[in-house]
Parts: sequence; structure tokens; C-alpha cells
Amino acid sequence: MAPLTVAVMPIGLVFGAVAAGKGLSSLEATLMSVLVFAGGSQFVAMDIWTHPASWGALAFSALLVNIRHVLMSASIGNKMPAFSGPAKYAAMLLLADEIWAMAEVRAGQTRLTPAWYAGLAVPFYCVWVLASLAGSAAGAFLGDPKATGLDFAFPAVFTVLVMGFWKGRDTGAVLAASATAAVLAHQFLPGVWYIAAGAAAGVAATLFTSRRQEACA
Amino acid sequence: MTLDPHTFLAIVAMAAATVLTRIAGLVLIRFVTIGPQQKRALEAIPPAVLMAVIAPTALVTGPAETLATVATALAATRLPLLAAVAIGVFVVAVARALIGA
Repeated sequence: MAPLTVAVMPIGLVFGAVAAGKGLSSLEATLMSVLVFAGGSQFVAMDIWTHPASWGALAFSALLVNIRHVLMSASIGNKMPAFSGPAKYAAMLLLADEIWAMAEVRAGQTRLTPAWYAGLAVPFYCVWVLASLAGSAAGAFLGDPKATGLDFAFPAVFTVLVMGFWKGRDTGAVLAASATAAVLAHQFLPGVWYIAAGAAAGVAATLFTSRRQEACA
Repeated sequence: MTLDPHTFLAIVAMAAATVLTRIAGLVLIRFVTIGPQQKRALEAIPPAVLMAVIAPTALVTGPAETLATVATALAATRLPLLAAVAIGVFVVAVARALIGA
């Protein structure tokens, strides 16, 4: 568990630093880590951040980015017989990708207990929040993120995450459809519609390829 | 230490959307079973969204960003997250300095 908590530290630092570069105060950046606690959607929010913040667009993009949590909580929820009802819901509030992955592995080996889950999730959460705060405070001193390339940190994180989703040619079709739709929408539509356009095109592509496979089979 | 009301509203809205996705799975398993087709569609959303977010930066911002995205993607096949991100940041900073983007 310790490596997981250590690994989240630099990502939290980078989040705080880039949030500072986008003009968020330390309080605002830390509050986002406290309340949202979903790195991917926080990264996306920084990418599309405007002044004043567009709450509808940000909530919609957070919903899209975190929709995978529906599957994760459905899956891990079936493996929590040792949890009381309220404990189960409380556990879900701290369901980050890494926590989920570790809990799934644990549930495969032994009985998943609330104590074990809290021992994993609570330190992870605290480190994420504190690292965001530290990064935000340090970020104000780092200067222009464009010169240091730090503004590219989030696109780079996304690129790595996208590669992690790679499962062969079908993924390629999803990514190609999403990229094409996103670039077109970005050129011709205002705001963050390009994210919804890319998501819709990617889902359409996966449904198309699965139907074609069924037709061949 | 300032808290802009628009920013606060945006953070709360993001938090609400995130809580919704985390709780929805628990509620879902009590009422419905997810079929293979729905599962495929849900699984395709995260990579599609992430790709949509990076596509404008990667493809139409400038050669420095395109180069750095390719470098990061290649590095990601061999190296852990942080190393690949560090390479991406390094490449974009050097490329901007050289090309002047």
C-alpha cells in the first residue's frame, strides 16, 4: 500500500502547481482535491479552466471522465459483504482508480474488510490533499508554466493513461474516432463540446466494431 | 487564500458529479444487470474522453506539442507514469525553446 501512497504524491504536487499556473488560489486547488478527489477529472478541469469558471461544463466533463466509477463501484460493491450499508457508501466516496484496483486484488485473495479498506484509502486521500496544497504553494514560485513545459504535464498524464487503456485494434478505432471528432468540434464549436463529441464518437466506434464482429461470427 | 464564488460552484458541481458516478454502481447492482453491449460502451468512454481532451493539444496546437505527445506515448509503452510525463514535459520545453512556439 505504501508505494501507492508515495506514487500519488508527485501527481498531487503537479496538480497543485498547474492549478496555481491557471490562477487558482491554494485554498481553491486544495478544496478541489478535498471534495472531488478524482485526479483524472481534476486534470481535465485544469485543461479547460476559464475565468470565471464554467460550472456546467466542468461538472459535465467530470461526469464523463468519472463515468468509469459506475462500473468500478458496481464491481467492488458485490465484494463487500463485510461492510454495513453506510460503510459501503462511505467507502465509495474514496473510490479512486488505484484504490479500486488494490481492493479488487485484495478481494480476490481474502475477505475485504472495512479496516483494510480504510487503511488503504484514508492515507492515500490525505497525501493527495496535502500534495495538492504543497504543489499549489510551490507553483506560485515556479513562474511561467509554458517556459518550464509544466503546462504539458496534464496532457502528458492523459497520454500515458490513454496508452494504459490500449487493448488492441478496437481501442485504435475508438481513439481515432474520438480524436477526429474532438479536433473538428474544437475548431468549429465554442467551449468544451469537443470533449462530448469525442466521447460520443468513441462510443459509436466501439458499438460499430462490436456489431461488425458479431456479424462475422 | 481567496475563494472565487464561480470557482467554488464549479468545484461543488464537479464533486456532485463524481459522487454520483461512485454511488451509481452500488445502486445499479441492486436493480439491473449490465449486459455486454452496455459494458463495452461504458468501457469505451474513459479512453474516448481522455483522447478528446488531448487531441486539440496533440494535433493542432503546434509542432512542439505534437512531438512531445508522440514522445510521451512511446515512453509510456516502456516506462512508468512519472518518467513518461517527465519526458513529455522535457521534450515540450526543449522543442518550444528550439522552434520558438
